[in-house]
Amino acid sequence: MRDKVSFSTKWALGLTGLIVFFGGWEAAVRTGLLPSGMVPAPSSLGPAWLDEVRGGFWQQAILDSLHHYLLGLLIGSVLGAGLGILCGMVAVVDGLLEGIVRLLRPVPGLAWVPFAILWFGLNTSGATFVIAISVFWINFYAAHSAVRGVDPELYELAAAFGHGSFFGRLFKVVLPAASPGLMSGLRTGLGQGWMSVVAAELFGVPGIGARMMQASSLLATDVVVVYMLTMALLYAVTDFLFGFVRTRVLRWQP
Amino acid sequence: MSEKHCVASLDNVGLSHDGGANFVLRNVSLTLEQGEFVALLGPSGVGKSTLLRVFMGLMQPTEGTVGGSACTTDAEETGTKRRRRALVFQDARLMPWRSVLKNVEFGLEGLGLTCEEKRARAMDALKLVGLEEAADRWPRRMSGGQRQRVGVARAFTVNPDLLLMDEPFGALDPITRSSLQEELQRIWQQTHKTVLFVTHDIEEALRLATRVVVLAGGPPAGITGEIAITMDERNPESTVFRTYAARLRAMIAGEKDPGGAPYWRSAEI
Repeated sequence: MRDKVSFSTKWALGLTGLIVFFGGWEAAVRTGLLPSGMVPAPSSLGPAWLDEVRGGFWQQAILDSLHHYLLGLLIGSVLGAGLGILCGMVAVVDGLLEGIVRLLRPVPGLAWVPFAILWFGLNTSGATFVIAISVFWINFYAAHSAVRGVDPELYELAAAFGHGSFFGRLFKVVLPAASPGLMSGLRTGLGQGWMSVVAAELFGVPGIGARMMQASSLLATDVVVVYMLTMALLYAVTDFLFGFVRTRVLRWQP
Repeated sequence: MSEKHCVASLDNVGLSHDGGANFVLRNVSLTLEQGEFVALLGPSGVGKSTLLRVFMGLMQPTEGTVGGSACTTDAEETGTKRRRRALVFQDARLMPWRSVLKNVEFGLEGLGLTCEEKRARAMDALKLVGLEEAADRWPRRMSGGQRQRVGVARAFTVNPDLLLMDEPFGALDPITRSSLQEELQRIWQQTHKTVLFVTHDIEEALRLATRVVVLAGGPPAGITGEIAITMDERNPESTVFRTYAARLRAMIAGEKDPGGAPYWRSAEI
């Protein structure tokens, strides 16, 4: 069995880990253990970040990426969860889509980039499309299995009290009963969405991913790391904010 | 005896789950009259719960007819729809994401009532089972007995003409069970609801019901007899109680009724 650590100890441990990590990294670069052309020293990240902020690149990249991210997340989550719920509830739809799902599921978001360029062009829509696709599948599967896992006796309960119709079952039983699974799908999608931002912007749509590609082609590794950390921060913020929604929706859970 | 009003009836009902020749119930006729407390007694797995679901409209009989409907428009309640039948499940079956109050309100949703009306009626039902203090609690924090009380309140709050109860106290410990039996008896005497109570416990049937109907035999199972019981015959120590228990035991076993009661019907089909 795992031994338990208190909340404050956990924070202190996490912080210590980070300090050791960055300290060791800095030391390795300074002593020449890591060649500075390959890896930027952590101390160089601050000035690099300030340069990006002064030029307005950092703010603009965040705004552009947030735009793609939020739009793609919204479209992918709504469509994915919606179709997943429908398949979970209606056996005929589930059967009809099963073959198609098996065919398309293994295709990674990145593989859709050529089509994104072809169909939408090098713009917001193209980037949104790539993000939406990768978020879609996560939510589809989460919703599908959450709905399939709903206790069938609850449907009987709903029918006994006058909510036996499709929409009665959907709103009175499926959505609340499946909400833990739906929420965990949304949450995984939040993370997957940020990972796809890079892929979506790789081909030149302005944003954090595009800025990283520019920097890496100039071998400005410090700028690349600044944007890596920026993305980690943005993910942490979105995940944190989503935590409030999740706690609110699932407050009935133990 | 005055003319009694029929609340619900089954006429020659047969049911097979696959619609084929494998009937679980056959030739079942049962009429429930206003204000009766009928216990449907039979061994486990004989089809008592299935019969209850036919009454509730959750299952359609393969043959025969069900009298009365489960939901009608009611003039006396300002023209709103009203559910005529309500079901109490063996496992309480509360929705864990709803508070106690919201669970009780469940049957009132979709009838065009305002939030205040729903709340007031749900609170009345919770008072009836002595749980008005628990309105804002979560079901998972409650004991089995309390959860089942909420299940009873949920059924009562729709003000049904017929209350169907599917072994509601079967999963409870003996102490909780007998206190809930007493409480149900009190509520029944207060409200004069018609109750159909499924149980496999002979003593429970005799202690609660005005009429005990035995479903046995089969498959397909049928009604093998029934006994009417008066309030003063309910003392478990009395001879008449023990005689009734013996007769019911015989009916369940499908033997000839040792009491030779006029209600005896042949189990053969």
